[in-house]
Amino acid sequence: MNRQEIEQLEKSIEQMMELARGFGLDFYEMRFEICPADILYTFGAYGMPTRFSHWSFGKAFRRMKMQYDFGLSRIYELVINSDPCYAFLLDGNSLIQNKLVCAHVLAHCDFFKNNVHFAHTSRFMVETMAASAERIRGYELAYGKAAVEQFLDAALAVQEHIDPSETSRRRPRDWEAREERRRGTERPATPYDDLWELDAPVREEARPEPRRVPPRPEKDLVLFLMEHSRVLEDWQRDILSVLRDEMLYFWPQIETKIMNEGWATYWHLRIMREMDLEPDEVIEFSRMHAGVVLPSKTSLNPYYVGLAIWEDIEKRWNDPPEEARRRFGLRPGQGRAKMFEVRETETDSSFLRNYLTKELVEELNLYLYQKVGQEWKIVETDWERVRDALCAERVNGGFPVILVQDGDYLRNGELYLKHEYEGVELDVKYVEKTLPYVHQLWGRPVHLETVLDGRPILFSYDGKKGSRKFL
Amino acid sequence: MTPGSFTISKEDWSLHRKGFQDQQRHQEKVREAIRQNLADLITEESIIMTDGKQIVKVPIRSLDEYRFRFNYEKRPHAGTGDGKAKVGDVLGREARPAPGDGAGPGAGDQPGVDYYEADVSVEEIEDVLFRDLELPNLLPKEQEQMEMTDIRFNDVRKKGLSANIDKKRTILETLKRNAMRGQPGIHRISPDDLRYKTWEDVEQPTSNAVVLAMMDTSGSMGVFEKYMARTFFFWTVRFLRTKYQKVEIVFIAHHTEAKVVSEAEFFTKGESGGTICSSAYQLALELVDSEYPVRRWNVYPIHFSDGDNLSSDNDRCVQLVRRLIDRCNIFGYGEVNQYQRPSTLMSAFRAIGDPKFRSILIRDKADVYQALKTFFSPVPVEKDAS
Repeated sequence: MNRQEIEQLEKSIEQMMELARGFGLDFYEMRFEICPADILYTFGAYGMPTRFSHWSFGKAFRRMKMQYDFGLSRIYELVINSDPCYAFLLDGNSLIQNKLVCAHVLAHCDFFKNNVHFAHTSRFMVETMAASAERIRGYELAYGKAAVEQFLDAALAVQEHIDPSETSRRRPRDWEAREERRRGTERPATPYDDLWELDAPVREEARPEPRRVPPRPEKDLVLFLMEHSRVLEDWQRDILSVLRDEMLYFWPQIETKIMNEGWATYWHLRIMREMDLEPDEVIEFSRMHAGVVLPSKTSLNPYYVGLAIWEDIEKRWNDPPEEARRRFGLRPGQGRAKMFEVRETETDSSFLRNYLTKELVEELNLYLYQKVGQEWKIVETDWERVRDALCAERVNGGFPVILVQDGDYLRNGELYLKHEYEGVELDVKYVEKTLPYVHQLWGRPVHLETVLDGRPILFSYDGKKGSRKFL
Repeated sequence: MTPGSFTISKEDWSLHRKGFQDQQRHQEKVREAIRQNLADLITEESIIMTDGKQIVKVPIRSLDEYRFRFNYEKRPHAGTGDGKAKVGDVLGREARPAPGDGAGPGAGDQPGVDYYEADVSVEEIEDVLFRDLELPNLLPKEQEQMEMTDIRFNDVRKKGLSANIDKKRTILETLKRNAMRGQPGIHRISPDDLRYKTWEDVEQPTSNAVVLAMMDTSGSMGVFEKYMARTFFFWTVRFLRTKYQKVEIVFIAHHTEAKVVSEAEFFTKGESGGTICSSAYQLALELVDSEYPVRRWNVYPIHFSDGDNLSSDNDRCVQLVRRLIDRCNIFGYGEVNQYQRPSTLMSAFRAIGDPKFRSILIRDKADVYQALKTFFSPVPVEKDAS
């Protein structure tokens, strides 16, 4: 983009922001940055411009860049959940393309700012990640590149296993204190409190049961390793905490992909329709929009499905059916209001469960396909089953739920993990390759219980070799 | 700044290299993996059968990012149809349907690829493979045909080409002269100060070498045996042509009688019949004496067979090989013997016991790499028992 185009873009953005505010969108201050393709793809691969270095990001970068070079796919923008909000635009985009992207980005920023699941995310993550990356760089200098890389390989293998739930954030982490309270061995509040107990019948002194670590199954494997592993150095604990914080930051984005992209697509359409465009600009805009919402036979395009659901919500709440008016007292014309309410409270799984209707499933021709023998076949089109499968796929961000059952298994300091099986098996090869990483972090033998062909099975790795046995 | 305001900027990003640096580290790991997989890679049919022009997909498992994940093939996935999709429609066969698509920003990137595949060109493999290989015992011979000319800057003179001016020495001269005059410092460079780098031509005589590639094409050589022998010679030829400017290669195919064949014939022709290895050795010996005299040539006869030689011929073989060894730098004998049959030829050769005689037993594909290392290393490699 040349100087002149940037000036034009500036004018358009002013206009678009005015329109967006008029629609009720509420966003942070915006920092638009125009950068060349390889930089945009770097940011795309790392998820954040300032993130630490690791070869796996290089691998992602290479793949994305290659797809771009071959014209297979294209990232138009990257927007960061931060205050002020950073948005990176592709230098190679035409003016009209970047206009669309800016409109799109404004809605993303509104979503970041107002969806309740983002409420706890740090808005200074750009700086935080830069500081973490700097520390990790320091560890490379102090302990050697190879050592840090080896540790990152292991830590990244378990990075999804955190507990992002609201309740965990409020729950105090001091197990010991809680356990003491539960067993009633608290200190008496006043020196005379124990007098009350003299009236109670004399109890057999119960043998204290062995303290379990964790007291109840713990979902946050990364935190558990940080707190209880006996082999980690301080710098390694620090890296784990960096990864955990970054995953907590990214988590709501994983959980609201369809909503967020649908929301942004809905608004870029509305905003662009209000703009004065030249006829050829309209054509280019329409073509780009059509590309963005192109449905796919083998995956769910979040732009396409999200947009359809949002428009359906608007339609149904603008003109509610007679029954809904009677029973729930819905008034017509509440479409936008309802949309803003939904964007504030839901995530993808509740969004799909509540608003993916029978009519929509049929209209979008949504289906489930699966491998049957040597073929990938459509196996389900029933709307409820499709909807339920879509919701199930999104449980825990699409990652398997792994709980720490016992940090002292067999009274031998071994780590016992359990996969909460809900009908989908784990990739066995990957389990066997991941356990050594867990072993590296735990320092003692590790076990993972899951279900294979309907039978519970235990995978173990003792530091030398892996084994499996049916339970 | 009021809330909801904005800035647009366009910085110079040319120094931002992080993505490329990590990409480079990833590439390093790929190369490491190639090195580890070399033994399997070089027998890859897609290379041998297409004359090495292809890019091969190399499964590089160590570069997977392992984590606990669901089994992709055992769960349903969602898709969107054009309105007519119904249960039972087939979306794809065997190979999984293309994950993700090019639909705009953030195109889908599903998990599910079983292993990470790297595209490796044959050059990359050669780069790693040929690094440690060389023709052993190469001796200078008279009438150098293989000649490498090189230039070496090794002298400094007062006259020369101005492009080759030696700035550092010139300045030093200026400093010295000025200091002697009592006005230290760099000023007024006089023509007398100028120094020029000059070079001389270096002629590196390298010696003539001929490799006599002999291969058993008798009926007893099965598909596997022929494939192993051809794979070995395929890399041998590429190795010699890559690393040496001029090495002659003579292809000899034999069953009960031997003849010199063209390269194309050597690699493609199938033959049948019995096996008399001495025929090839006899031919080799005649060739050495007539066309490649030892005083002018380094001679490397290498023979591949399944060891299933006519028993009465073995003594003659040993005698001929002894005579060849007197003339050549090394003699290589590779026996493709998948099932470890007792081989009469190999046991007959055991008696030779000359350091110039190198032999290797090839039991499976991975041994081809060992064979290359055995025949083309400066000192004989201890053979791997396993």
